[in-house]
Amino acid sequence: MHRTGELFGHFQTLEQQRESATFGMWVFLATEVLFFGGMFLTYTINRHAYFTAFGVGSNDLDITLGTTNTLVLILSSFTMAMAVWCAQTGKKKLVPLFLVLTLVLGCAFLGIKFVEYKQKFHHHLVPGRSFDISYHVNHPAPGDDPKEIAFEKEELAKALASDPDTNSHAQLYFSLYFAMTGLHALHMVVGAGLVMWLIGASLKGRFTPHYHTPVENIGLYWHFVDIVWIYLFPLFYLIDRHR
Amino acid sequence: MSQTQTLPTRSYEMPREHYLNSSYGIRSWLLTTDHKRIALLYLVSVTFFFFVGGVFATMIRIHLLTPEGALVSPETYNKLFTMHGVAMIFFFLIPSIPAVLGNFLIPQMIGAKDVAFPRLNLLSWYIYIIGGCFALYSFSTGGLDTGWTFYTPLSSIYSNSAVTPAVLGIFINGFSSILTGLNFIVTIHTMRAPGMTWFRLPLFIWSHYATSLIMVLGTPVVAITLLLAGLERMLHLGFFNPAMGGDPILFQHLFWFYSHPAVYIMVLPAMGVVSEIIPTFARKPIFGYSFVAASSIAIAVIGFLVWAHHLFMTGMSAYSALAFSFLSYLVAIPSAVKVFNWTATLYKGSISWDAPMLYALGFIGLFTIGGLTGLFLACLGLDMHIHDTYFVIAHFHYIMVGGAVMGYIGGLHYWWPKISGKVYPEALSRFAAITLFLGFNLTFFPQFILGYLGMPRRYHSYPPEFQVLNVLSTAGASILALGYLLPMAYLTWSMRYGKVAGPNPWPATGLEWKTTSPPPTENFPVTPVVDWEPYDFPNRPDLGLTPGTLAPVPGDD
Repeated sequence: MHRTGELFGHFQTLEQQRESATFGMWVFLATEVLFFGGMFLTYTINRHAYFTAFGVGSNDLDITLGTTNTLVLILSSFTMAMAVWCAQTGKKKLVPLFLVLTLVLGCAFLGIKFVEYKQKFHHHLVPGRSFDISYHVNHPAPGDDPKEIAFEKEELAKALASDPDTNSHAQLYFSLYFAMTGLHALHMVVGAGLVMWLIGASLKGRFTPHYHTPVENIGLYWHFVDIVWIYLFPLFYLIDRHR
Repeated sequence: MSQTQTLPTRSYEMPREHYLNSSYGIRSWLLTTDHKRIALLYLVSVTFFFFVGGVFATMIRIHLLTPEGALVSPETYNKLFTMHGVAMIFFFLIPSIPAVLGNFLIPQMIGAKDVAFPRLNLLSWYIYIIGGCFALYSFSTGGLDTGWTFYTPLSSIYSNSAVTPAVLGIFINGFSSILTGLNFIVTIHTMRAPGMTWFRLPLFIWSHYATSLIMVLGTPVVAITLLLAGLERMLHLGFFNPAMGGDPILFQHLFWFYSHPAVYIMVLPAMGVVSEIIPTFARKPIFGYSFVAASSIAIAVIGFLVWAHHLFMTGMSAYSALAFSFLSYLVAIPSAVKVFNWTATLYKGSISWDAPMLYALGFIGLFTIGGLTGLFLACLGLDMHIHDTYFVIAHFHYIMVGGAVMGYIGGLHYWWPKISGKVYPEALSRFAAITLFLGFNLTFFPQFILGYLGMPRRYHSYPPEFQVLNVLSTAGASILALGYLLPMAYLTWSMRYGKVAGPNPWPATGLEWKTTSPPPTENFPVTPVVDWEPYDFPNRPDLGLTPGTLAPVPGDD
């Protein structure tokens, strides 16, 4: 495949090449919507069937960390948008700066996610043989708020009264939690890799107002992954916070 | 009205440089980004999987020669029909026409140098190969016995066969399909030559556009479904396990949300092939171009709304069953539009009986039988009786083998002079087409009767009164096998020894016939400008057709 500058030989014009790449990215995102869609459907059906157990499971998530992560991710979308804007308007030096910020925020998100996963592991909330939804309320950690623990205990008792199989249904909630946030995190890792590549290319000054399609398209991908989280956050963290 | 000889009487010479001889060596093939070479890579690999699936089919048919089963143990029989289905559906039928003929032809038909993303195109092939290796690993290390549908909790908990690598293989292979579909959609949107408007596109392009929509929107759903089932098997999560509160019916809904439209991934491209062949060998513009084009899109759209007709017997409310039954009937309308329009194109055509035409005519007949029996199955009351019987087997083989494979082999014959630059032996090719048609019907028609009499599918034995029909079916399968082996032999032979074809041997109207055979790597030395309507035989003096060989203009009687 021969190329002249940025133009690959099978395209007639740079405009045609840009249009193809952007359109291709949108089609890819449509695929991604349906990819996540299968999981969202599984979630919806189980949430409908095991309403109380999902509420109990949700109470065990750390809302502070979840909210922080949401803010981190929204901020990273902002810096990504700035990187795209800088590339479009020819502010060549600012492009790598905003990309690095995006990468740092993305890694911060993954770091916080790791802390959360670790916490779930300690609380016996990882699906499997040792899964026990009542473990945390019966074995609170030294730093836990006793009022919060008492409240969760009460909620769990109420749920067990209406659904004796709460433990197994809450396990389903955590299976979905790990599968969906795990797939999302995997997309973040891919995104971080792509942003690293962009940083390298932008430091070489490859992106100009004339040619910056990769920044735009990876930006689209980044925003998409962000939007998925915007749905995951309320579905997992906020479903039982009306008290 | 009918003639026999349309192949070139004039002698041609091969072009000096073309895509096959532009570079040499194994690297030039494995690292190529040329869509035509990638098409040939796919041709070889899907043919391999066709063989693998064919071997399993042969063993099934031999086993069913006697009522108690002649060849293998019941467990092995379960593995045979499963692996037959997985190899044929995921690794042969779905990639066959799009990845081989679609890849080869789409850029040429729209006057482009290549697809929009040539490197992604090569990546699709590698993904296919990796997925295929996982599947072969599963086949050779314990096999697979879940049925190609992977129903949970059999696949996720109880099966003792190599389910995990197979599921991974199909998961990975799905991305090959998604990327091919994505590439085609973007190519058709942005790479058309000047003057190639949407309604000047060949119908092959329209049908591939519709196919690509299904690939892009359906495949991710089955990918995530199989991923969840695989996670359930590996990590004992309970999404589809009733013992843990999961829902096995949910798996079936998600699975068929892709796997029913997948049937249209197989048959829509074949319809595209037939829509190219019929006008060429009737020497007439296609009847109702816009209806044929729109019916492709309609099949893709309606095809997404019918999946639950696979679940009539597995737990669904009567009202949703009613809705899905009605929607399933609805697919018959665009399908019938196509059949009627092909028939109307044939009417008063100047018909020649070359091998591609025989395949196309065979397709129309077999697809019609397959489609009409599909209506039996969409009918709620009747489906109660024939659900999971050989009637279903016969029905979908009429669509997938009689439809999709006939279209694929017909298309290979039609474009073989373009692909290889050579002509295959004519008499032999017609003989093979007829053999294939007869063998196919002898194999699968008895299965309609068997199913109607109540023989269930997926059993390794059957009551003795069904033996005659089963022996007929096995006899037909051996004729069918001959029908497949013949083209493989003479098409390969012709690459070296065939007569040189010339750029447009039939002759046909599409852009792909305006370049040399085989085409140069960049397809066209100069980007063509299109100023003619599709299939416009009467107004194409450049084809060199004499008035006597053209179909009479309508209203001339």
